[in-house]
Amino acid sequence: MSKLGDLGAKLYRGEVGYDFVGKRFLWYGVSILITITAIVALAVQGLNMGIEFKGGAVFTTPKTTVSVAKATEAAEEASGHDAIVQELGTGGLRIQISGVDTDAATDVKKKLAADLKVGEADINADLVGPSWGEQIANKAWTGLGIFMVLVVIYLAIAFEWRMAVAALIALIHDLTITVGVYALVGFEVTPGTVIGLLTILGYSLYDTVVVFDGLKEGSKDITKQTRYTYSEIANRSINGTLVRSINTTVVALLPVAALLFIGGGFLGAGMLNDISLSLFVGLAAGAYSSIFIATPLVVDLKEREPAMKALKKRVLAKRAAAVAKGESPDEAYEAEDEPQVVAQGRPGRRR
Amino acid sequence: MAAPKKGRRPTGAQGRPGRALAIILIAMVALTAGMFISKQTTPRLGIDLAGGTSITLKAKSEPGKESAINETNMNTAVGIIDRRVNGLGVSEAEVQTQGRDHIIVNIPKGTNEQQAREQVGTTAQLYFRPVIAFADGSPAAPEGTPSPSPSASGSGAPKAGDGKTSPSATPSSSATSQGRALSEALKAPAAPTPSPSASESKKADDTKAPSPSASAPAPTGDEAAAAALQAKFAALDCNDPAQRAAAGQGAKPEEPMIACGQRGDAWGKWVLGPAQVNGQDVKEAKGQIDPQRGQWIVTMQFTDKGADKFAKITGELATKQMPQNQFAIVLDGKVISDPSVSQALTGGNAEISGGFTQQSAQDLGNMLSYGALPLSFSEDSVTTVTAALGGEQLKAGLIAGAIGLALVVIYLLVYYRGLAFIAIVSLLVSAILTYTIMSLLGKGIGFALNLPAVCGAIVAIGITADSFIVYFERIRDEIREGRTLRPAVERAWPRARRTILVSDFVSFLAAAVLFIVTVGKVQGFAFTLGLTTLLDVVVVFLFTKPVMTLVARTKFFASGHPWSGLDPKRLGAKPPLRRSRRTGSAPAPVDAKEA
Repeated sequence: MSKLGDLGAKLYRGEVGYDFVGKRFLWYGVSILITITAIVALAVQGLNMGIEFKGGAVFTTPKTTVSVAKATEAAEEASGHDAIVQELGTGGLRIQISGVDTDAATDVKKKLAADLKVGEADINADLVGPSWGEQIANKAWTGLGIFMVLVVIYLAIAFEWRMAVAALIALIHDLTITVGVYALVGFEVTPGTVIGLLTILGYSLYDTVVVFDGLKEGSKDITKQTRYTYSEIANRSINGTLVRSINTTVVALLPVAALLFIGGGFLGAGMLNDISLSLFVGLAAGAYSSIFIATPLVVDLKEREPAMKALKKRVLAKRAAAVAKGESPDEAYEAEDEPQVVAQGRPGRRR
Repeated sequence: MAAPKKGRRPTGAQGRPGRALAIILIAMVALTAGMFISKQTTPRLGIDLAGGTSITLKAKSEPGKESAINETNMNTAVGIIDRRVNGLGVSEAEVQTQGRDHIIVNIPKGTNEQQAREQVGTTAQLYFRPVIAFADGSPAAPEGTPSPSPSASGSGAPKAGDGKTSPSATPSSSATSQGRALSEALKAPAAPTPSPSASESKKADDTKAPSPSASAPAPTGDEAAAAALQAKFAALDCNDPAQRAAAGQGAKPEEPMIACGQRGDAWGKWVLGPAQVNGQDVKEAKGQIDPQRGQWIVTMQFTDKGADKFAKITGELATKQMPQNQFAIVLDGKVISDPSVSQALTGGNAEISGGFTQQSAQDLGNMLSYGALPLSFSEDSVTTVTAALGGEQLKAGLIAGAIGLALVVIYLLVYYRGLAFIAIVSLLVSAILTYTIMSLLGKGIGFALNLPAVCGAIVAIGITADSFIVYFERIRDEIREGRTLRPAVERAWPRARRTILVSDFVSFLAAAVLFIVTVGKVQGFAFTLGLTTLLDVVVVFLFTKPVMTLVARTKFFASGHPWSGLDPKRLGAKPPLRRSRRTGSAPAPVDAKEA
């Protein structure tokens, strides 16, 4: 770990660092590519909507010796509809039959009990009307809309509108990627997925906020110095908060991963799995976007400001002058007041 | 944010960590004590974990009645459904509205699901039945003999042709006994009751009302059924809630029945003939004030079919005397009104008058126009969860949670070493607070821990641990600046606090929006997320920070022991800023323990 600690120190001092901002167009490109892939996948393959959206019944049986193939056959015969059968970690089966309504379900349950040789009372039946998932999805859209408006207002007050806009774009980016992964892989979309997706809202932004907070702090008195341009400061901020970002992401992902792999592995598909899967994908996307997309976007927006343009001019002029005088650019700053912003670390990297 | 100037004392209770710790300790003790005092030592489990049936009903939007889906009607519907499910003797069934147009009925395990669904889902258990006999609520009390008029007539038979004449049993003044009238009346409908009560004769003997003729006729099937019904009627005690609820249950529309109902402040009981008109025959009804008489009445408008049926029955009833000139409006096996008829009502319009208040007139109007419920509902989903599976899911969730927690702990230990213990204890404090509050809320606001909520709690481990990381990283940054631990802890706090508050606020906002907007399962999840986010702030402010202040005074941490997680050397601290200016950009891992 000491190596990681060293890295943290070096990142903190700016001795090492990745030029996130400088290479932002590369990452924009990557993100645009992923987004296009997601949209294409969505358009071509569409989402594999769960039974909650189509209507039907889900039966969960206790441990049975009947094979999955046999059970599928039995379920389709009993209901006259398509069935998806999964084996659960407990040895039981999860049988999804679309198009079964409330009345038919009791009969199907009876037949299933006989075919699978389990007690009828032991079969758990979950009946869903087609409007149920739709309801949840509709509410989710409403929630998403309200949240986005509120959070943009909040971020615009707590930070500034440019950051709010960048955070919003990053958020949409995360949601798109998550939905794209679902379309590509063909994971089933259930209300649990929707819940997970909605939770990404808060989480993706949590990460972004941590990075932005560092950026805001780092760029506080930016116009009072002539050492760095905004993009350089931003890049230093990202690197400075990198360890924090990685740690918070890892720590956030660990319980979700446990839910996904252990909870899911133990029980097979189900609510736990659905929530954690979309959370996992969304969290990973969120960590990526807050570093590679959100902050560079802020830089792009910010550097359009006249004040920042002027600053950039001054910084570059000063550097040119220093080089002309044959001094190390570092020396040039000695005459100045120590700028508070950069006082935290030594200027290790130079351009 | 500029670095605070040297010597300025950062905000925060630097000198009094004890006070914050005392507050949180008192809170924990109080919550735990409250938990034991109220005997709520475990969170109430949701229907998905404890098992049971959850029925989601959606109000149907009907053409021309769109505005019917409103809060008042939804609440009326909840009241009626609640009476239905709890009238079954089901305890703790929950009926609540969800969102604008959903009603969720949660019925704990141990309930007959089929029966519950019938109870809940049916909307039109409203019938108009002719009254055959009436008594006040108590079982066959002498003064209970209802009909002051001795005449009795067996009617209510569907085959009765026109309303003018009574088809069968002749009203005879000699047949004065209620029992006799009953027997005869009941013979007419020729509808065998499938299960004649075995104790009929005994019950009949109990009847104090003189009924010599009741046992006289040969016990044919009809007679037996009639006798059984009569016996049941005599024994019925409508003042007993259990009997009251059971009285009208399961009666088929085409058969006579007994039923209870409220008459003014007292309960009454009825013997009723087969249903003549049902709720669906009513097109519209409303309670309104009659401008001429200045009193509240209920007007009814029937469908074409309903109008015919209603004309027929009123025609028959009009010829009779009390109480058999009445028809009873029976809702869910309970008499809600028993207006008398004075003439045949043709044309599909009718009004009921007498003794209504504005409220009762409007209520009756509502019930009549919408069947039993002010709205019609469709079953959106019916979920049966067996307890075994719920337990399994909970177990999986808890195992996953434990493993997730263990992974977080291991990661923190490896990365933060000694500091991790502070984080772990903070997580523990957070867990205790969450658990006790959840347990108490079970009773307080009916919070139930469902599976998504468990999921939310597990996910929250990450959120809570995130705040520690933000703070620890800040402290380490300060140490890298060359500060010793005590000032580092204090200087790091205002900055970390800001970050924690802003990011927690965003998380909380997401949870709050989710909670308000969504329905059902999602709400439990959102609630847990919101709760744990709030508790995260509480724990970081009142526990982690004060403990950090205290810990900074110990030698182990302050000296930067290699296992403390705060070893300046390892962190690559450099000597204090000003003096290091000209040492260049190389890291200066000189001994920076004390400046």
